[in-house]
Amino acid sequence: MTDVTGFAPWDDPQATPLISYQNVTKTFGSFTAINDISLDIFPGEFFALLGPSGCGKTTLMRMLAGFEDASQGRITLAGQDLAGVPPNKRPVNMMFQSYALFPHMNVWDNIAFGLRRDGLAKDKVAARVEEMLRLVRLGKFAQRKPDQLSGGQKQRVALARSLAKAPKVLLLDEPLGALDKKLRQETQFELVDIQEKTGTTFLIVTHDQEEAMTVSTRIAVMDEGVIKQVATPPALYEQPNSRYVADFIGDVNLIEGTWINGSLVWSADQAPFDAQGTAGQGETVWLSLRPEKVAISKQEPDAINKVPGKVIDIAYLGNLSTYVVEIPGGQKIKAQAANARRLASRDITWNDTVWLSWTKTAGVVLTE
Amino acid sequence: MIRKPYLFPPYIWLILLFLTPFAIVFKVSLSDLAIAQPPYTPTLDLTEGWAGVRAMFEGFDFENYVWLFSGSWGSWDVASFVPIWVFDDALYYNAYTSSLKIAAITTIIALAVGYPMAYAIARAPRHLRPLLIMLIIIPFWSSFLIRVYAWIGILSNEGFLNMVLGWLGLPELRIINTNTAVYIGMVYVYLPFMILPIYAALDRMDGSLLEAAQDLGCSKIEAFWRITWPLSRPGVIAGCFLVFIPVIGEFIVPSLLGGSDTLMIGKTLYEEFYNNRDWPVASAVAVILLFVLIIPIVLFQRHQLKQQEAQL
Repeated sequence: MTDVTGFAPWDDPQATPLISYQNVTKTFGSFTAINDISLDIFPGEFFALLGPSGCGKTTLMRMLAGFEDASQGRITLAGQDLAGVPPNKRPVNMMFQSYALFPHMNVWDNIAFGLRRDGLAKDKVAARVEEMLRLVRLGKFAQRKPDQLSGGQKQRVALARSLAKAPKVLLLDEPLGALDKKLRQETQFELVDIQEKTGTTFLIVTHDQEEAMTVSTRIAVMDEGVIKQVATPPALYEQPNSRYVADFIGDVNLIEGTWINGSLVWSADQAPFDAQGTAGQGETVWLSLRPEKVAISKQEPDAINKVPGKVIDIAYLGNLSTYVVEIPGGQKIKAQAANARRLASRDITWNDTVWLSWTKTAGVVLTE
Repeated sequence: MIRKPYLFPPYIWLILLFLTPFAIVFKVSLSDLAIAQPPYTPTLDLTEGWAGVRAMFEGFDFENYVWLFSGSWGSWDVASFVPIWVFDDALYYNAYTSSLKIAAITTIIALAVGYPMAYAIARAPRHLRPLLIMLIIIPFWSSFLIRVYAWIGILSNEGFLNMVLGWLGLPELRIINTNTAVYIGMVYVYLPFMILPIYAALDRMDGSLLEAAQDLGCSKIEAFWRITWPLSRPGVIAGCFLVFIPVIGEFIVPSLLGGSDTLMIGKTLYEEFYNNRDWPVASAVAVILLFVLIIPIVLFQRHQLKQQEAQL
């Protein structure tokens, strides 16, 4: 999305961030959940915190909502230091992973809950609730209790309720985790649509890299309390800065070697791989290579990087097939090819000797 | 019935242990006092065959009920617009109203004490909760009677409480044989019945609901009244009925801890049976008590049903 609209305030040194984490650390007893994180999030962003469970992403979000205090460091929202501000006084609303809909209230009252706490006039509350019901297309269900709704409907009520007060930032904690895959994909696009319509800054926590890639303007990949990399989805995929990020986002082949004279020496008896990268002479490096960038052929191709191998396994995914090829030295490399032709006419099969090849710019050289 | 044979045991249980004794009590309540063994008439004389059965039924009347309710609309209590029912013998009427009053006050105290305890247990660290619940239940393992006797030891004039007060140089208290002692005993005995259903309701509650309420602008106290209290209400109502209903008919606590002026229907019933030996009147009192109890029970079941329907 970023590239299409040209929305990239993070590249603009003049832009002021909406949310700013400054050297934030959070410890629970002897356990460090967040380790000295600094992060700026800009108005209008759909920002994703991505990482495995226990990486600290939820803690980082809960600190913004006010449910946890930072042990060290500062968190500011629109320039205001949030330290000591209770959750009910923050211009931030959260959509909970469990949705946390109030079971004793119907949909209408759930959405109106926050507005009423603000002491809004009755007709203003009604107008806003109706607007929210239209936004999430739940007008017909206004009188239903949460128990009478499907998972997807509950998710939309939770979204409407957290958006009703027009918060500066909407926090979404694994918002689609409870939905089945098909509904999840539909809802992802709906979320993006609503985010654009309302112009609210969204901060989403997820462990699902596909979800993060689909919805967000930028992603912070987290591991054990630190941020490994912050980048737009394409940059994260094409230019990961570490093996951890490369491996977490999508599928990847990592070939270990030594960086000598601008190429990767990975085997004593095979030609080195030519790749673009910056690393010290003699440093141990890894070539990160996405399966879809590796071509597979029966004849020896005319390419800069090529290596023979034997087909060990073929995974048929419908539109694509993934070939697992064992190259000299025993490492298994995945190569992906589109199934442009019908299965019956496929010419590569198990135990075939094949050639893998890729261009100089296909891979990324990683030093950590 | 035949298609659902697993329903037989509860029906047989009810017929044998509830309906049959009730029928016997009801029959006695329609009889008259007699100096005989058993101390009422008519009795069934099966040697006479059908004639005996007919003779027995002919002997039945509602005299005891008429007597219990006999009286007249005396006057209007102008202050409260309530007609004053003047009974020939106000003992039973007073015993019923006094029982209802004691049951109501006991329920309110048990709720005031039990709710915070249930709340504290439900919010305690997860690994401590089974232990705390166990501590609530443990008294059930010893005899009810022994526990009430223990209170005599604590509350009596030379008892443990006054001993401690004496050591502290405080004036002694006269508690035993008063209504205060009855309330202490009742709340003590029935508190677990208040705590357990409230705890169950609070424990079921998803903690993120309170976070959501705060996130949407509630202070912690407001979040309690808007979320926790309404969601624990089914437990509160169940607890109140579980305390109120048995306390109305309670006999042991008022007779052991209460004084001569403590009037409760259970005690009155006992005295009617064993001191007065007027079985027919005592039975009539018991039948009326059952109907007095049935009203709150029916209300309770209606409420439960509504709750279930609301959840569908």
